[in-house]
Amino acid sequence: MFPNLKNPVFTDIDDLNEMARQIRRDIMNMLLISKSGHSGGPLGLADIFSALYFNKLSLLPENPNYEERDFVFLSIGHVAPVWYATLSRRGFFPLEELTTLRKVNGRLQGHPAPLKTHGLPGVEIASGALGQGLSIAVGAALGLKLSKKSNHVFCICGDGELNEGQIWEAAMTADHHKTDNLTVIVDRNHCQIDNRTENVQKLEPLADKWKAFGFEVFEIDGHNMKEVLDTIDAAKKVKGKPSCIIAYTKMGRGVSFMEDNYKWHGVPPNDEQGKVALSELTSTKFGDFIDYYKDK
Amino acid sequence: MNYIHKFENYLIENLDIKNPELKESRRGFGDAIVDLGKTNPDIVVLGGDVSGSVRTDMFRDAYPDRFFSVGIAEQDMMGTAAGLALTGKIPIASTYGEFATGRPFDQIRQSIAYSEMNVKICASHCGFTVGPDGATHQSLEDVGIMRILPHMTVVTPADYNQTYKAVVESTKVNKPFYIRFYRDNSPNFTNPDAPFKFGKSDTLYEGSDCTIIASGLMVWESMMAMEMLAGEKISVRLINMHTIKPIDKEAIIKAAKDTGCIVTCEDHQKIGGLGGAVAEVLAQEYPAPVEFIGASDTFGESGKAAELYEKYGLSSRHIAEAVKRALKRKK
Repeated sequence: MFPNLKNPVFTDIDDLNEMARQIRRDIMNMLLISKSGHSGGPLGLADIFSALYFNKLSLLPENPNYEERDFVFLSIGHVAPVWYATLSRRGFFPLEELTTLRKVNGRLQGHPAPLKTHGLPGVEIASGALGQGLSIAVGAALGLKLSKKSNHVFCICGDGELNEGQIWEAAMTADHHKTDNLTVIVDRNHCQIDNRTENVQKLEPLADKWKAFGFEVFEIDGHNMKEVLDTIDAAKKVKGKPSCIIAYTKMGRGVSFMEDNYKWHGVPPNDEQGKVALSELTSTKFGDFIDYYKDK
Repeated sequence: MNYIHKFENYLIENLDIKNPELKESRRGFGDAIVDLGKTNPDIVVLGGDVSGSVRTDMFRDAYPDRFFSVGIAEQDMMGTAAGLALTGKIPIASTYGEFATGRPFDQIRQSIAYSEMNVKICASHCGFTVGPDGATHQSLEDVGIMRILPHMTVVTPADYNQTYKAVVESTKVNKPFYIRFYRDNSPNFTNPDAPFKFGKSDTLYEGSDCTIIASGLMVWESMMAMEMLAGEKISVRLINMHTIKPIDKEAIIKAAKDTGCIVTCEDHQKIGGLGGAVAEVLAQEYPAPVEFIGASDTFGESGKAAELYEKYGLSSRHIAEAVKRALKRKK
């Protein structure tokens, strides 16, 4: 919707919150159409995606390869619906394409597919198998530093994903090379597919872990727009070491029966659940890309 | 070996087959990246703590700002390489064959092959020839697991000269590559000025009774086998199949048509590697008897390289016997 605009599109917190709510509505509609995909994680990340894409990131949707763009790597590929909805709302591709999630011959693959084969603007590289995004982000940060470029690199990781050893390999590499142009955002919703994170494998003390790995650590409420915006600024200002924002979020945020419930990690709503969800996520000035219940 | 026609241009001039120059193929890699680094500022190298072993130390010392140590962390190495490629660099990720392919397979699959990142995975210490180090370090599956990945080009040069050439040429192609070479000294016999094209094999010797299709160190081993067969008036064609993927189908089909039987030779499992690749082509295009030289669904063990080649059936003697077996199977 804003293909020619550089950020910020919105400076008003209310606008950014409203866009986050629209993104949540889009996620629900996409999942209702596809009848396949993840609900909980995408809903939990909508505020952070709104903050990044409508205020903080250097980007130009009409030119995804814009030289001065900030890089975003979504290490948790399964939350793709929040990314697709956001990219589309921002003008990277038409809103109508959100109806094609997980459909054959589509660009909106179940997990983000590489640009070269599927060509979805805004997606730089594949993700899905967990634990790989941070290494890629570190590589990009090193490449940008070598070229003396000031683009910032963001990597969005899940908390359950931090079980993967490669994350900590990459953290050590980031520390060793002092990649201060890199910010990890950990979606700390305490849920993964099997159970609460601490029941699957103990993660705490998580902030201490990142600190011990050489990161400047920020802990925030991932649903507080002002805190999200201010902390992204603060993280970008860190010098001499990489930064990590642990964003405390609620899986399924905005939909009462999904909130903070790990059972909503990997399933879509049915038609009845979707109706309740959309009534709770009240409509916005931006408008839906589809009226799913029109002919039902 | 003057009983057959020799295609001089693929072999170095005045090759002394009894006393060839010995050189490490890994050194061909090391020299290539140093030379590339001189003219191309986008060449970057990732180090996984074995820089001295895989000969990336020369690049590290020459261009320290373009060498990134990632520690003993091959999964991270592959991801970091993919990220560097996204910023327009040409990353060279190098470690031992097993650790360059087996351990980070999922990272290579998703972040490099599926994503078509311009990463060159350059693996040293491949095959049985790391000898005394034993089975854990003898990479015998790497070609197979790289070959099954879509978008991956797989190259197994025969010696120092060809490794140098393959590495240089790979950086001119914006695609993922797997290039396999070896630790030990081995005969350096390919002509550095000969044409080299990925997917186009080199016919080193022409012949009409049987074709040996060999890769890597086994090309020289095959030449030794042909010496043994010289007195028996068997005319053998020898193909250096330096690119396993995309494989030179035309040369394989022509060999089957012209000579009626094939022997494949590789320092790798017969399953999944060169042998498998050749058999796939023949089964679909022109069925012909094939004898396979390579590891027979087995791991290796400690020992000298020559002892292991003897024990596991990869020596020139075994190749010569395989040629005779293949001849008997011809209709």
